[in-house]
Amino acid sequence: MPAAPVRSTTAATGRNVLSGVLLGLGVAAFADETIFHQLLHWHHFYDRSTPAIGLVSDGLFHAFSWFATIASLFLLADLRRRAAFHATPWWGGLLAGAGGFQLYDGTLQHKVMRLHQIRYHVDVAPYDWTWNILAVVMIVAGAVLLARARRRPA
Amino acid sequence: MGYLFAATLLAAGFSYGLGVLTVRRRGGWWPARHSASWAAGLAAAAAATTGPLAGAAHHDFTAHMTGHLLLGMAAPLLLVLAAPVTLALRALPAPHARTLSRALRSRPVRVVTHPVTAALLDAGGLWLLYTTDLYPAMARHPWLHVAVHVHIVAAGYLLSAALIGIDPDPHRAGRRTRAVVLVAFLAAHGILAKYLYGHPPAGVLPGAGRTGAELMYYGGDLIDLALIVAFCRQWYAAADPTRRDRNRTPRIPAVPPARVPWRLPAEFRAGPGTDPGSAAVTGLSSAELRS
Repeated sequence: MPAAPVRSTTAATGRNVLSGVLLGLGVAAFADETIFHQLLHWHHFYDRSTPAIGLVSDGLFHAFSWFATIASLFLLADLRRRAAFHATPWWGGLLAGAGGFQLYDGTLQHKVMRLHQIRYHVDVAPYDWTWNILAVVMIVAGAVLLARARRRPA
Repeated sequence: MGYLFAATLLAAGFSYGLGVLTVRRRGGWWPARHSASWAAGLAAAAAATTGPLAGAAHHDFTAHMTGHLLLGMAAPLLLVLAAPVTLALRALPAPHARTLSRALRSRPVRVVTHPVTAALLDAGGLWLLYTTDLYPAMARHPWLHVAVHVHIVAAGYLLSAALIGIDPDPHRAGRRTRAVVLVAFLAAHGILAKYLYGHPPAGVLPGAGRTGAELMYYGGDLIDLALIVAFCRQWYAAADPTRRDRNRTPRIPAVPPARVPWRLPAEFRAGPGTDPGSAAVTGLSSAELRS
């Protein structure tokens, strides 16, 4: 299929970042659901002490991340179709999106809204630190890639 | 009561078949996948309202929830993808088709087919059913049972049609509005499922309530997957940079598309000077081979 001319590089970069961020968000949420909820059974499906705000936040994020996962893949297909895919901003967006979701989940949802904890019947502090430090590492790595993509536009 | 549902579904299948025959007799064409979608939708609705599953749903919350997923989500999605309104417009005699198209443009239809209205009707109905005394009352009053089932399938149809409908809709909401409503509805469905996990409807034992709620949550996600993919595919087709006659061709062709012999996609076809086998075997696109 002949590739259509790309209107502007910045628009293409923006769409690369958007596709990456959405997929990162989706992958982080998906990993959370499959590994921690279903395989390890560390997280609770529903904690009787979960306040309403936690339930609403979790529901909105679950729905949005499900939509984002699929939409980001269609966006990626569209970028490939237009020959406008650039790996650096896309991976930068993906890491930033995944880290951003994990940090939100680990701080606001687990701690402030008390949706559920990472693990029960153990000292949860090391788990919390690992969880949130990993999140920050992903955000920093993503930011580095995004800065590099901005300095050297593809 | 199963007979009432069975008769209605049979009539729906019969009418659709008659429509397809009428279109074909006039020399027109109707894609088989739409007919298959209609049949599958009716089958899903039949499984939920007649037979063993419907019988078990009276005392088993998990069976009830399976029926809810089939009747309220799977069946409407499949029925919408069958494009029954387009078929009716093509099969009906011209005066009747004009009346139908006028009715579709009328204000009440416009209001009720707006994604926000449809989502409120659907999600609101579910919250009322499971968090009030409506659920236990449904088992006592047969007419209420029928009314709830009709509402569930009708609201599901309206919502699916508003979000991913392929039938003509003169006032279709924008893609952004539809995406927001889609996510909000998925969230409302998921939140209700988690709420039911902790607070099952009156008369449902906690254990059964938990199994049913998890089924509602994960089963809902599975059907949402189909809904989201359908939504994104429509965007992908509309955003095709090589498509010029964007508004001219009807969504459902009236004549069979010309048969094009299948060829390997351009990026897999080997260019001049390369080994013809290597690109196809490694599965790499030409762009990746170049870099």
